[in-house]
Amino acid sequence: MIVGERKPLAEIAAMLKPFGKVCVLGCGTCVTVCLSGGEKEAAETAAALSLLWQKEGKKGEVKTGTMLRQCEYEYIDDYAARLEEYDAVLSLACGVGVQAMTTRLPEKIILPGLNTKFMGYPIEQGVWKENCLGCGNCVLDLTVGICPITRCSKSMLNGPCGGSQDGKCEVSKDVDCAWHLIYERLLKMDMLECMEAVQPPKDWSSSHHGGVRTMVREDVRLESGQ
Amino acid sequence: MNPASNLQKMLESGHFAVSGELGPPKSADIETLKHHAHDMRNHVDAYNITDNQTAIVRTSSIGVAATLIQMGLEPTVQMTVRDRNRICLQSDLLGAVSFGVRNFLCLQGDHAKFGNEPGSKNVNDVDSMQWIQAVKNMRDDGVFIGGEKLEHPLPPVFIGAVANPFADPFEYRPYRLAKKIAAGAQFVQTQCIFDLDRFEKWMEKVRELGLHKKVKIIGGVTPIKSIGAARYMQNNVSGMIVPEELITRIKGAQDKKKEGIQIAVETIQRLREIEGVAGVHVMAIAWEEVVPEIVERAGLYPRPQLS
Ligand code: SF4
Ligand code: SF4
Repeated sequence: MIVGERKPLAEIAAMLKPFGKVCVLGCGTCVTVCLSGGEKEAAETAAALSLLWQKEGKKGEVKTGTMLRQCEYEYIDDYAARLEEYDAVLSLACGVGVQAMTTRLPEKIILPGLNTKFMGYPIEQGVWKENCLGCGNCVLDLTVGICPITRCSKSMLNGPCGGSQDGKCEVSKDVDCAWHLIYERLLKMDMLECMEAVQPPKDWSSSHHGGVRTMVREDVRLESGQ
Repeated sequence: MNPASNLQKMLESGHFAVSGELGPPKSADIETLKHHAHDMRNHVDAYNITDNQTAIVRTSSIGVAATLIQMGLEPTVQMTVRDRNRICLQSDLLGAVSFGVRNFLCLQGDHAKFGNEPGSKNVNDVDSMQWIQAVKNMRDDGVFIGGEKLEHPLPPVFIGAVANPFADPFEYRPYRLAKKIAAGAQFVQTQCIFDLDRFEKWMEKVRELGLHKKVKIIGGVTPIKSIGAARYMQNNVSGMIVPEELITRIKGAQDKKKEGIQIAVETIQRLREIEGVAGVHVMAIAWEEVVPEIVERAGLYPRPQLS
């Protein structure tokens, strides 16, 4: 899922300064599951903001709502009428949602209420970890399901650097060394030969480094191109 | 292939090599560095010049190498893959070769988090292994990473890498060395050796795999200047092992600096006894003036003069 974290209230308040009537809009998918931008967080944010505005003597009104997915035109179109009355929408969706909303509702100001952090999942209650950078050419087959691009702090493809100690990454004792994990797993699976060959330089053009990516599937495309 | 450099000649003729290390300053004033280089010129066969070590911005390794060559000294240019993509790495290598650099040490580089620009983007376009191989391919096959041919062949260059017997997983480390050799490494310098027992265990496996016959292994030696420095390395540098006994020994000594030098000398003497160790790399950063004494007392002076 996409993992986000709500921006600090002060920052949100600063960006909403010019606006009087605001909707804090939650998103019902990833950010609901990671407890940062769902219905509940939207309500909490709206309440906190109202209180702050009251204290500051600012005139305005904060309301709240939730859309199932802010990253799909279909859902945006269904919801759009309900946003008409607002000067601005504080979106608690990820950056993708904020941009889909902006594109579909170009006359509306859509502001980011979240910092979109990464693609990952909760490894325990309340702890999320980054796992995939969407490099566009997955190598998890070579590394038995542990991503070196994302989970090695130096995105190395040929084994652990000299900073790996006691299973931890040189960057922090709180971060596992991805290559230590890969090594241990290969050892257990009797597949250490996977680490033998020198992996050639990665073709990063399939990743963001190649420029903005668009994917086209002619087989599912509608004739109108919509 | 003719030896690319004095360092390669020294190693290949079977002499126990000695290299020194110079850390460029956080300014363009390299006068002090030049003095250090000058003062150890009769005691080392080549000088490593670090590349923004611990991710701290300093005068570039290649820039300093130009000065060293003007002084008639032999640099080993360290190149980390942390800050440069493949375009820049290859271009910098060509530039360095163009004015006479022949020894290159290819390494990954510490994460930028440790340096004075923690907000910078870590590049890591290629990794250290791939960079070793890329240099080899440029030299031997005349091709860039992208497949295009160099317009003229590269003269011989001596390709170095690093090895850390003190990092984990320990059992994998000799195999990592094997992989670096397969990629093209001709010499390796190790992380500072304080835990000789562990180093010997690593060397045992290295010999078992026959790697010492395929690569010149240069042991890293650092004189400990103070208890504080030792503690810092022990606690703050990941992939370094400083045994407690060593600290106790220095603590118990009357003259702590003298003891630090003595330990370095003893370490070199022990390394010379280990089959497969081809030289030492003395890293006395911020304590360069002790290098001549260490080299002399370790019995490695005068340096052989090769024609
Ligand atoms: S290899 Fe690429 S696609 Fe696969 S998990 Fe890692 S970043 Fe994601
Ligand atoms: S310690 Fe491990 S995870 Fe961290 S940079 Fe080195 S190889 Fe990558």
